[in-house]
Amino acid sequence: MIINHPLLGPRDSAEFVYLGDAELIDRPDPETASPEDWYEYGYLRDNPAGLHRELWWHEGGDRSWLVVTRNTMTHEITSVEIARDVARKMGRSS
Amino acid sequence: MRYSGLKVIKEALTGHKGWTPAWRDPEPQPHYDIIIIGGGGHGLATAHYLASVYGQHKVAVIEKGWIGGGNVGRNTTIIRSNYMLDGNEPFYEFSLKLWEGLEQNINYNAMVSQRGIMNLIHSDAQRDAFIRRGNAMMLNGADAEYLDVAAIKREYPFLNFDDARFPIKGGLAQRRGGTVRHDAVAWGYARAADSKGVDIIQNCEVTGFRIENGKCHGVETSKGFIGANKVGCAVAGNSGRLMSMAGMRLPIESHVLQAFVSEGLKPVLPGVITFGAGHFYVSQSDKGGLVFGGDIDGYNSYAQRGNLPVVEDVCEGGMAIMPMIGRARLLRMWGGIMDMSMDGSPIIDRTDIEGLYFNGGWCYGGFKATPASGHVFAHLLARDTPHETATAYRFDRFKTGHMIDEKGMGNQPNLH
Repeated sequence: MIINHPLLGPRDSAEFVYLGDAELIDRPDPETASPEDWYEYGYLRDNPAGLHRELWWHEGGDRSWLVVTRNTMTHEITSVEIARDVARKMGRSS
Repeated sequence: MRYSGLKVIKEALTGHKGWTPAWRDPEPQPHYDIIIIGGGGHGLATAHYLASVYGQHKVAVIEKGWIGGGNVGRNTTIIRSNYMLDGNEPFYEFSLKLWEGLEQNINYNAMVSQRGIMNLIHSDAQRDAFIRRGNAMMLNGADAEYLDVAAIKREYPFLNFDDARFPIKGGLAQRRGGTVRHDAVAWGYARAADSKGVDIIQNCEVTGFRIENGKCHGVETSKGFIGANKVGCAVAGNSGRLMSMAGMRLPIESHVLQAFVSEGLKPVLPGVITFGAGHFYVSQSDKGGLVFGGDIDGYNSYAQRGNLPVVEDVCEGGMAIMPMIGRARLLRMWGGIMDMSMDGSPIIDRTDIEGLYFNGGWCYGGFKATPASGHVFAHLLARDTPHETATAYRFDRFKTGHMIDEKGMGNQPNLH
């Protein structure tokens, strides 16, 4: 699989480490979250057959985090974003 | 028809004209007591034990493809009970005991071969851990045997004992472990269940559940609505996709695990070897091919095919421990879809929806569990209480902190 890094261009996916569903960016607020919130955040997954937004870490490269949109049926990658930009749009990062 | 040696000889002498189909091909009835979704090993075993042990005969198994076409036809056929934790070891030992009596039980030659399995040890710490595991196995009535280097050299002289990174320092053997012909497990259970009146409905895909006021009344399928008092889901690999139709999210991700077969060789490998340090395990099929595999590819997938980096990684592991296979050619590789649960252990439980039951999250270990999985799921479906060996496989263990971390890897899905 080739991941088209927004800064570095096409890179082999073997350079990356996968860390699951991109929803993990949206961590519950520790001040207000209930145990149920943490259970859902930590364990429950949509696990879709089709388009899936997921986190890949460029461990063997520039150490950036990416949000990759990939089809879990075909391995086709349709978009790659810098995770920090995604998090900023969600109000998760300054 | 019961199979016997006499029958085989008679058919051999009369042109094999007397064999009949092993199971019927019925159209679905409008209503069943129990419907099992998923005609894989676990679903068919569930139907068999429901009929033969728990007295349920108005049962249907619904399979979207054909019998033996899912994960039961895509695995590496190993059976063992070398687990350690309380929630696991009694269950897997129960499974191994069922394997030992399987062929007599279902009158079908599943080629159960207790050729033994051996986990290699590479460090003093690993030796301590494996001896502890062996003790836990024996406390649960399983067999375990510590092998020193000399004993391993007698049995497996071709292993690479002087690997600089992972020298072999011993092994933990389970002599009762081994292999089983995976297709025969599906066919045998299908035949046994069918002979007791279970309807096996192939090419029938479930497209939804009929759930009213928190109770499941049946399933919508490509062959129309089929009613049921209880519905059991045993579709590991597709659990997330199926249960989302019932509005449920699961503590499960679907990942692809690849397996490989070499060209046919003379008998070289007497038992099953696992090389945990290099993520490689191997046995030799009765046809001569070396059957081996390694780790999951590591990202969500429903594609039933893998990618080359893992092929390279697995073959490197194989070369590191068994340099002699370097000239064997790879005949086939394939990928099966695994339910990777968040603690690496299965889930067999009722759901919050009345009449809807779940069996999944088998991670790498579904095949060896087939008979016990079917037996305990049948128990749960028939009696509404968990079987005594499966009381720990609950949905709520992630909420209550009672996870079964057999590999000590915690709950991060990327560490499965």
